[in-house]
Amino acid sequence: MFGRLTWDAIPLDQPIPLITSIVVILVIAAIAIWIWRKGWWPYLWNEYITSTDHKRIGVMYIVLALVMLVRGFADALMMRMQQSLAIGASQGYLPPEHYDQIFSAHGTIMIFFMAMPFIIGLMNFVVPLQLGVRDVAFPTMNNVSFWLTASGALLVNLSLFIGEFARTGWLAFPPLSEKAFSPGVGVDYYLVALQIAGVGTVLTAVNFVTTILKIRAPGMSYMRMPVFCWTSLAANLLILAAFPVLTATYAMLMLDRYLGFHFFTNDGGGNSMLYMNLIWVWGHPEVYILALPAFGIFSEVASTFSGKPLFGYRSMVFATMAICIISFCVWLHHFFTMGAGADVNAIFGIASMIIAVPTGVKIFNWLFTMYGGRVRFTVPMHYLIGFMVTFALGGLTGVLLAIPPVDFVVHNSMFLVAHFHNVIIGAVVFAVMAGYTYWFPKAFGFTLDERLGKIIFWCWFIGFYLAWFPEYALGFMGATRRLQHISDPSWTPYLTVALIGALVILLGIILTVVQLLYSIRTRDRRRDLTGDPWDGRTLEWLTLSPPPHFNFAVLPDVHGEEAYWTRKLTAIREEKLIEEPKYEDIEMPLNTPVGVLCAFFASMTGFAVIWYIWWLAILGLIGSFVAMVWYAWHDEHEHIIPAAEVAELERERRRVRGELLKTLTVQS
Amino acid sequence: MDTAGWHDWSTRRRLTIAAATAFLVTACNRGILNPVGPVGSAEKQILINSTAIMLAIIIPTIIATVAVAWWFRAGNKKARYRPDWEYSGAVEMVVWAIPALTVLLLGGIAWIGSHDLDPAKPLPAPPGGDRLDVQVVSLDWKWLFIYPDQGVATVNQLVVPAGVPVTYHLTSATVWNVFFVPQMGTMIYTMPRMTTKLNLQADKPGVYDGLSAHYSGDGFSGMQFKVHAVPRAQFAAWVQGARGAPASLDAAAYAELVKPSSYVKPMVYSAVAPRLFDAILANRAPPPMPPKTTPPAMHVSPQPPLEPANVR
Repeated sequence: MFGRLTWDAIPLDQPIPLITSIVVILVIAAIAIWIWRKGWWPYLWNEYITSTDHKRIGVMYIVLALVMLVRGFADALMMRMQQSLAIGASQGYLPPEHYDQIFSAHGTIMIFFMAMPFIIGLMNFVVPLQLGVRDVAFPTMNNVSFWLTASGALLVNLSLFIGEFARTGWLAFPPLSEKAFSPGVGVDYYLVALQIAGVGTVLTAVNFVTTILKIRAPGMSYMRMPVFCWTSLAANLLILAAFPVLTATYAMLMLDRYLGFHFFTNDGGGNSMLYMNLIWVWGHPEVYILALPAFGIFSEVASTFSGKPLFGYRSMVFATMAICIISFCVWLHHFFTMGAGADVNAIFGIASMIIAVPTGVKIFNWLFTMYGGRVRFTVPMHYLIGFMVTFALGGLTGVLLAIPPVDFVVHNSMFLVAHFHNVIIGAVVFAVMAGYTYWFPKAFGFTLDERLGKIIFWCWFIGFYLAWFPEYALGFMGATRRLQHISDPSWTPYLTVALIGALVILLGIILTVVQLLYSIRTRDRRRDLTGDPWDGRTLEWLTLSPPPHFNFAVLPDVHGEEAYWTRKLTAIREEKLIEEPKYEDIEMPLNTPVGVLCAFFASMTGFAVIWYIWWLAILGLIGSFVAMVWYAWHDEHEHIIPAAEVAELERERRRVRGELLKTLTVQS
Repeated sequence: MDTAGWHDWSTRRRLTIAAATAFLVTACNRGILNPVGPVGSAEKQILINSTAIMLAIIIPTIIATVAVAWWFRAGNKKARYRPDWEYSGAVEMVVWAIPALTVLLLGGIAWIGSHDLDPAKPLPAPPGGDRLDVQVVSLDWKWLFIYPDQGVATVNQLVVPAGVPVTYHLTSATVWNVFFVPQMGTMIYTMPRMTTKLNLQADKPGVYDGLSAHYSGDGFSGMQFKVHAVPRAQFAAWVQGARGAPASLDAAAYAELVKPSSYVKPMVYSAVAPRLFDAILANRAPPPMPPKTTPPAMHVSPQPPLEPANVR
């Protein structure tokens, strides 16, 4: 009846997951009751859960990412504690079978459920606004994408309480991840959760590629798109090309595990090298799926807070697309030590280095964007400068790893782990934190507290160096990754410093929560009444903060490379806003519960497949099919916002803009 | 954990010696920056050269970043504001040229280095012309070293003659692992049903740490071994001693050995089932042992298997 699911699946004998699960369940219950007591459930249901508004979906993605950041970071802290305790005679507090789950969960969660949703959330919020349009191409599908991602996150976290997670690392290399070596449900949790989330990610990419290619404001030609839109386009093209490979690879591994196929097994003609190649054909572009939008965020930040257009815009666009293409030609550098010939290694090594050229150009272009500017040291600007310094060092270690003979001695070592944390924290985390601070007032109508923001930045910055530079050194000493126990006591000081670094980052994360709560409480002091708190240059700052559901009453007519900046300068020169246009009815997509329903049934199917409860799996599949058919049967998918209502909102915007205009003068 | 009760009597002594040696060696760096052979030395050199080349670009860039940001701060009246300066062909050329030239240089290093240090490429033979072949098998979670020409085998203890090029033929009887001795250089995957080839040489006699550098399951952290690089004459003596070890690696012993265990103490086998490595590679049961010409159980009292640490 319940497949493999028995009471043994509940970790009653393991205090850490048990207590964590109970606490998490209590917290969720408390929040749910609190929302219910406040009477906010209908609001949440109508305005967020079933919303097809790209801004609301973006916010939900970012909330998911922040929650998963806490989860993933808890794992990180446990690992750092274990490694600084389990040295020499001591075995620490985590046995291997638990520790191995933690590092697998940490990697999986941080990449798939923290970094990806954060980046996709920012794209969701920003791209349609920057393009000067009202929504993405497929608003309902957007909602479905989000809920499928959330469904994957749910399943991964469910493994804490019911069963176990994979003990195979974040990429689940076979043959270790095959049934013969990992018979438990851990790998199944991993595979099923990522398959479901992967569908959501591919749908997102379909949506954004279509939106950016087909739906832009009048006059917004490709070479007038803000760089964040370009990098988003590149990242989504990468998703479209890379994620199907991941899905196929996981499907093959699932066939091996569930139906006794032999794609990657040791026997029956399986070849585990194939998996290694396939997973990195996805895995390397994945790095750029995260990094390119990060570069886009920094381009926006650099230009806005230097009070200048981005230096070398065309170069930036070219560099972005070059990275997009070359990133598919380098996957083999993840396993130079597999014994491929010298020619193969050298070619892939050089291809990997070539990526450093457009990336280096970007660094110089941000530098020259600041050159001749009026640099305002706001929180996002702190992240930009912190990123440029940190990322330059990460690039250095990256190029070292791309030289095969160097990789031969640091492959899989703590040096490698330090390198990718250097680029992922230094570029992606810094970027999403910058983006979060930068676009927060646009989303909620008030800015985040600046002073706390700077402290948070310094926590991340200093914490990163403390946590990861000792690991570079350990890599040189021959420390490999994923060690549950350290046999060399001379590494103790390095591991202790790394733990301190992690604690400093912990402080930053705690302060992020504090900053959010404090900023909400004191929001009246930091209201953004104009819609343009940073003296911005791109179209999202044209509309109100928070923007109306339809974003723009009339789609902006774009002239020049910096759509909003050009318009702002004209207004300042002519000392008046543009002529009031004729308002028309606006057609906007209706809310729909289809996303949350599909995800509910997808989670049900996923859970059932993990535990071999086949009747439930079939029920879930039928359920999601019925939900989609039910949605497709509707005749009404849009509602009309009458011209009068549009006019009223827009006149209010024009009023505040008029006030703003009086305070502005053209700067020399 | 101890899969080999038969050599318990010598454990304490071995541990004492190992601990003493370990302490001495810990005093200096044991990592890749302290190589003991030609491969590791060449790799260290490439690492240092490439780092220096890149630092020459990166340090000025970092300084310029901070300096430009600071000089052009909003409050600085002396800094000239150029709100429309967004393109300069000359600057563009320089910013593309700097990384491109760096990569050109490093690409050359990578191309030459990959070919010179190809793991499968045999190292030049020393004057004596000696070479040694060692077959390496990763097991759950320990290392089996088979000396095909000497007819002996060891577990978690690799004894090699110093100054002699050694060719390793590697495979795995379980999941993937990576054979890595940081001070000797290049690491390489061990993969089931496949062989990889690696050529290394330790010039300096000594005891070096070896490990698996690819996560392979719960016992992974304990999958470490020691490399004893000994002078040539002592190596021959060690082989002689090993042939007198009480245990031999027949099908039964191998079946016992493959059972999962971690932190396994070093073991020596006086004989190995013929073509055991090929059998593992083909996923077949090891062939039966040929009848012994000199029965090893002739000693009246147990003899310690000669170990390099003892010899010295």
